[in-house]
Amino acid sequence: MEVRVLAPTGVIGAGFKVSSLERGISLKPHVIACDAGSTDSGPAALGSGKAKLSREACKRDLRLLLLARQTLDVPLIIGSCGTSGRDTGVDWMADIALEIADEESLHFKLALIYADQSPEVLKQCLAQGKIQPLVPAPPLDEHVIDNSHVVAMMGIEPLSAALDTGANVILAGRASDSALYAVVPERMGADRGLTWHAAKTIECGAACCITPAADGLIAYIRDDHFEIEPLDLDAQVTPLSVAAHTLYENANPFLLTEPSGVVDTEHAVYHATSNRSVRVSGSDFHHAAVYSLKLEGSQLVGYQTVVIGGIRDPKIFMSLDALLPKAQLYFQARIAELFGDRLSPGDYDIDFRIYGCGAVMGPLEVETNTAPTEVGILITITAPSQELASKIAKFVSHVSAHLPVPGYEGLISTIAYPFSPPELERGPTYRFSVNHVLLPESPLEMFRTKLIEV
Amino acid sequence: MTTIAELCSLVRSKNAGPFVLTFDLMFTDQMNYERVRRTRPITKTLLADIYKQKEEDITLVYHDQARAIKASFPRPVFQGELRDSDCYGGQQYVPLMSIIVPE
Repeated sequence: MEVRVLAPTGVIGAGFKVSSLERGISLKPHVIACDAGSTDSGPAALGSGKAKLSREACKRDLRLLLLARQTLDVPLIIGSCGTSGRDTGVDWMADIALEIADEESLHFKLALIYADQSPEVLKQCLAQGKIQPLVPAPPLDEHVIDNSHVVAMMGIEPLSAALDTGANVILAGRASDSALYAVVPERMGADRGLTWHAAKTIECGAACCITPAADGLIAYIRDDHFEIEPLDLDAQVTPLSVAAHTLYENANPFLLTEPSGVVDTEHAVYHATSNRSVRVSGSDFHHAAVYSLKLEGSQLVGYQTVVIGGIRDPKIFMSLDALLPKAQLYFQARIAELFGDRLSPGDYDIDFRIYGCGAVMGPLEVETNTAPTEVGILITITAPSQELASKIAKFVSHVSAHLPVPGYEGLISTIAYPFSPPELERGPTYRFSVNHVLLPESPLEMFRTKLIEV
Repeated sequence: MTTIAELCSLVRSKNAGPFVLTFDLMFTDQMNYERVRRTRPITKTLLADIYKQKEEDITLVYHDQARAIKASFPRPVFQGELRDSDCYGGQQYVPLMSIIVPE
């Protein structure tokens, strides 16, 4: 048996070579799959529902993939639409797909699979003990659920159910990256360990090539091994580069958890089959006793206004440890005076990051004897509204630029600001509020599918 | 005195999800990897000491097929929190580069 899975790029909208996709089409894959999301760029995409990549970039890639699908008459599966995989992301991608279908006169059966979770259902599940924390997890309660956007990461089952209905284009909400590539081989009866390890390998597209690129790969899943080959004839994978890809963004490279079980790559063996392709055998898959869906949640924290500046005088920046706590006390008193009717101390935050003095590593910094020539300052004001954040920032920037430096008499400008005015409005800010799993009755129950004849 | 940086083609840190920080040390060739595999300069105890973490929170793997060492531990500040300065976790590896590797 041989199942061929085409991964055209690591994330839809990142781009790929047209010649690579054409070569992929000529290899007659059984499915084209592509991921569209990630939590890696932070909680804003899930919190705001806005995609990280532009509509134009996604439309360019999706058009080529829909045309390739039409040529091959195989399923096209795209998961975690709109970066976060929120319902808004699925609808956004569906709108692009319908526009392309209209422009290219394409016809297909479209399945939209939604992964948003309602606070009411989540609160019930929490009360019934069906939600369990991963390690480490922020505390989860009804208040956090009410104030968060939560998605569940689907496994292969909702995708498979959509394929059962005859869907040939699937735009899914939050999904396990690997599930997108694993669903068709699993349905065709391919070896599970090989299928999931192959899926893990190609989920970032050509990122596992020796020169990582935004381009594609094909996986050939056979009876006792799988083989990986880049679509671009100038690109190469090696046993080392394929093995090393299990390291990327995973805590443990040997055990990779999926809703239905754990992919075990510890005893996998990697062999070169040419100077640009690799064969892998010995991968395993351990079925989980209990099916689990990972939840991701993002909660609005407030609105931010930032101030950027620098200090050149060592006497000033060496005094900041003593000066800033006093400044904070002054800010607190001033805020109580001006906004005391609207704000109490827990409602806002004024944070100074001193670049040049351990700002990048924070609590993990090991260097204690730093003697920079100058330092950069980032002041971040967080408040319940943009208006309040900016009003606070106005006097914080003013006061911070006139700190009373010990030993200096008279007024001095203590921070060099590059901009006028120095305050920049950054908009809403979010935090990841959930790192839990939900134990559903069935793999399908937390997801909703809509079918559209295009 | 040979350091990790001299034996590696890539040392990196990265998020493994929003709550875990992970470190990859990729060795330039088999000889360099065999040297660390034999001498074990990187241990959970050392990592706990450098990054001020609890030893039991650290995952440490010597990955022969990938010619790499991998370590992970929970982020001291979760990704995107108000005090997080490194959204991608990408600039936390530098203290590993100067670890001394015995002959």
